[in-house]
Amino acid sequence: MAVLNEEQSMLRDAAKSWTQEKSPVTAFRKMRDSGVEVGFDAAAWTEMAEMGWAGVIIPEEFGGSDFGYLSMGLILEELGRTLTASPLLASGLGAASALVLGGSAGQKSEWLPKIAEGTAIGALAVDEGAHHAPEKVALAATKSGAGYYLSGTKTFVLEGLAANVLIVSARTSGKPGDREGITLFVVPADAKGVSRKRLALADSRGAANITFDKVEVGADAVVGEADKGYPLLEKVLDRARAGISAEMLGAAVQAFETTLDYLKVRVQFGQVIGSFQALQHRAAKMFTDLELARSAVEAALTAIDNDSADVPELVSLAKAKMGDVFHVVSNEMVQMHGGIGMTDAHDAGFYLKRARACEAAYGSQSYHRDRYARIQGY
Amino acid sequence: MADFGGNDLEALRSEARTWIEANFPADLKGRPNPMMREERSTPSAFQEAWRKAMGEKGWGVPTWPAQYGGGGLSAAEGRIIQQELARAGAYNPIGGMGVMMFGPTLLEYGTEAQKQEHIPKIVKGEVQWCQGFSEPGAGSDLAALSTKCEDKGDHFLINGQKIWTSGAQFADWCFCLVRTDTSKKHEGISFVLFTMHQPGVEVRPIPLIAGNSPFCETFFTDARAEKKDLVGPLNGGWTIAKRLLQHERGGLSGGGGGFGGGRGLVDLAKQYVGVDDQGRIADPDLRTRITALEIEGRAFQQTAMRAMMESKGNSGPSAATSIMKNAGTQWMQARAEITLEIMGHQGLGWTGDDFTAEELGAVRGWLGGKAFTIYGGSQEVQSNIISKRILGLPDLTQHT
Repeated sequence: MAVLNEEQSMLRDAAKSWTQEKSPVTAFRKMRDSGVEVGFDAAAWTEMAEMGWAGVIIPEEFGGSDFGYLSMGLILEELGRTLTASPLLASGLGAASALVLGGSAGQKSEWLPKIAEGTAIGALAVDEGAHHAPEKVALAATKSGAGYYLSGTKTFVLEGLAANVLIVSARTSGKPGDREGITLFVVPADAKGVSRKRLALADSRGAANITFDKVEVGADAVVGEADKGYPLLEKVLDRARAGISAEMLGAAVQAFETTLDYLKVRVQFGQVIGSFQALQHRAAKMFTDLELARSAVEAALTAIDNDSADVPELVSLAKAKMGDVFHVVSNEMVQMHGGIGMTDAHDAGFYLKRARACEAAYGSQSYHRDRYARIQGY
Repeated sequence: MADFGGNDLEALRSEARTWIEANFPADLKGRPNPMMREERSTPSAFQEAWRKAMGEKGWGVPTWPAQYGGGGLSAAEGRIIQQELARAGAYNPIGGMGVMMFGPTLLEYGTEAQKQEHIPKIVKGEVQWCQGFSEPGAGSDLAALSTKCEDKGDHFLINGQKIWTSGAQFADWCFCLVRTDTSKKHEGISFVLFTMHQPGVEVRPIPLIAGNSPFCETFFTDARAEKKDLVGPLNGGWTIAKRLLQHERGGLSGGGGGFGGGRGLVDLAKQYVGVDDQGRIADPDLRTRITALEIEGRAFQQTAMRAMMESKGNSGPSAATSIMKNAGTQWMQARAEITLEIMGHQGLGWTGDDFTAEELGAVRGWLGGKAFTIYGGSQEVQSNIISKRILGLPDLTQHT
């Protein structure tokens, strides 16, 4: 655990006690069983917003606390532990980052206060296929008078169904795959021509495909600079990637600790199975990898707070390492629990499903290994 | 030289640069340190000249006292000498256990006469020392040693066996722990010095898979040590041994490289495997595995940094510390494996001019590195420690 300042310790402690008391895994199970379409409990989200969590990276002048990304990561880590479903990552980190980093004064004052107080939910509408590929943008933004028409489809938009406002990557020139010619837009989700379809995913969280049918936006909807949106998009995505890595860290640590507790109570062959060296050494290996992953995740969040030049490589490092570790730990959680781990009544399946959804979000391990190597020049 | 001022350091740097240029034989530039090789051949004239020059100057041990031939420099000044040697592609020809362990210990515990006799020869690289500590029945429990030392009036008589004696086959002298009182454990141990060049000493090197024999079995049959070569009081050797082991651990943690040393895997892969039209390592599978290893190594370094910050902060000793040995040694072994793979057949050379020193070093390093997960607590012992002490998993109980 990184060395924390006073604000960070307080935030972490508040997040820890709230998730343990108000949002244990049973709350996630209840949410799933309820079949609520947005994929989170609205009352819980209201409580989170009241504690100021949605405004942690938003400047004070727009109603946030500006505590930074490591602080946001600490909250996400605690939420990850109990698999708490909420739009915090998509809205308070993803969409908020886009507006903080690239938004005009008008865009900031229109949306950031509402995002900070949780009354508006933002989402990043970036991908258009089964794999994360932020440069493969086909969704067209066609000039029309002073503004644009947006036409195309975005896939797997996290919290896309609940969102009130969307940050949309669109093509204003060039072809899919080009980094030039991408422009970011801020689009109200209730704009004429926007239609959303809920995706029912294994992890029971909120996601949607969103179609834009000649959605008319003004020139003032452009976030940052037209045609030159890719570097901004990368900065926003790196923040979302670091944030989801923090959530994954919390979930993986909890999956490990739950498994460890089971190893200490489950008796077979006349002893607790945790006394078997075959399981002990796998546990020691997982502990080792979790420690390495924690270092990588905290280093990435800290680099973002310091605005260092190596943010992209540190983020890819963290997402790749964290993805590998959560993958293994979630598999071992099922395996070491044996038959009980296969049942829906047990939590192991929730962690396993969430692991794969997080791995795929904002770039899998193979995406980030490749990106890391490219950044390093090989 | 007591002034640490920047001007003095720069003056020393300039002096060192000039002196190294004048004295380091160009033929040896960039060549490996012959001290680091296990098979010693007769040194070349250039190597001998360089050892003598550095020995006279005292810069092989720059911080040792000048009165015994050392450089008499401060730690900061000593680093300047190291930096200038590295800059010139020159190795330090003065080394071995005399420099790393025995010298500092004797400077602390020896009599003036002992220091005058032994230190200058270490400074000049004229005498090589070996360490007679471990025995077949005294490994981790070193104080259980039983090599017998009897007082014969004008000398000591020594009988017994040592094992894992590093460099005994090249050593001129031995600093040895012996039992002088069988009625006490720690308080019955003495620290004596004797020459290896005597009939009562037999050395059998233990050949290892890397083709080297860094360790020996060493047998003493009525070997002789002079009375004047007892260091510290009789039966007072354990205190000195513990101090010497601190020097040993300090030396081990400072050397060896591993994470910083050598060329990067990416550089090697670009040379041996080539790049595609986008500048990527041409073998995509290899590129992926190199990347994963690079990420792993960097996460290890981040963890070392985090453990340091946490121990400085208020959070007490960091749990991250417990994982360092396994994570680090396994990473180094994986790196050695992939280095060999990158080099292909060139990475399998055993000897000869068909292979570069880097290639020959890679194969020997790969094999030698297999010891990393065995010594200093094997990886299985480390996993047991994590399981039991950190994770709180119970011991296996006997069941019927």
